[in-house]
Amino acid sequence: MSIAWYLAVSALIFAIGAGGVMVKRNPLVILLCLELMLNAANLALIAFSRMHGTDDGQVFALIVMVVAACEVTVGLGIIVAMYRRRVPVDVDELRELQG
Amino acid sequence: MAEAFFFIAAIGAIAGAIGVIRLDSPFYSVLSLVVHLISLAALFLLLRAEFVAAAQVVVYAGAVMVLYVFVVAYVGGAEPMRRPYAPGLRGLSVVFAAVIAVELWIALLGTGLKAVDTEGAGFDPNPPEGQATFGTPEAIGDALLTKFLLPFELASLLLLVAAVGAVVLARRRRGAGIEDPSEVGVLSVVDALRPEGTGTMREAVSGLPPVEQRELEPAKPSEPEGGW
Repeated sequence: MSIAWYLAVSALIFAIGAGGVMVKRNPLVILLCLELMLNAANLALIAFSRMHGTDDGQVFALIVMVVAACEVTVGLGIIVAMYRRRVPVDVDELRELQG
Repeated sequence: MAEAFFFIAAIGAIAGAIGVIRLDSPFYSVLSLVVHLISLAALFLLLRAEFVAAAQVVVYAGAVMVLYVFVVAYVGGAEPMRRPYAPGLRGLSVVFAAVIAVELWIALLGTGLKAVDTEGAGFDPNPPEGQATFGTPEAIGDALLTKFLLPFELASLLLLVAAVGAVVLARRRRGAGIEDPSEVGVLSVVDALRPEGTGTMREAVSGLPPVEQRELEPAKPSEPEGGW
């Protein structure tokens, strides 16, 4: 299979994730959609790594996985704190920062 | 043969991604994401990135998704519809996502890179002496500890910061003064600077300071312990 096929799949998954971030209102599902976007980027990175025949893109993908794990940890911590404080777990209800 | 595997894995990945945003319960969304991640690992294998594929299955589909399942079970999965969407906003979002997809296709496939239409650089399963095979743990480890040493160390620092942040965010705050009804439902920076005796992780590890050093508080009626 040519690299172009992998890139097409990666673009489609990224768009699905972006649409989910815009449409969904549960922060848990929004985090899942963020994972989709990061993984789409990973797929593109690894496809380019294969295209060039070097390992650099794969190292880049591993670092992206580390960043994604950090983002999940902090994001889920915030969601648990929201739940403990009886704040509604819904991004549309969280209007404190709008002033 | 590789074509068949590619289409099976790609359809699995796309179906998993659609499942994440189409299923109602967050719990099923998480399971759908696991399907997506495993299909993506198969795609990585087809691209000869065997170490990243293994890390994807073990770290992502294993550890991170278990974390998600725990939080979904704790917070409760239902997504109650409280406020209706603003008219047309949802359709606009879907259109915008479709525009992003088309734009990315044009950008990625219409690129001037000649190699995009090939199967990639040549793959040599038996490289000359002293070189690791492309994509093996040996090659990745070599790259991480020589060429990419600084990003590698920064990643470990980032993980440490995230772990500390998660503990600060999600620790138990027993008797921390949120009995005041006006404070319920308010998150503030002050939460990170709680006074003594309010159940921080430091006290859990090292114990409370002696009584005479603490401010004496009037005994409160015991309340049910919150937390896990």
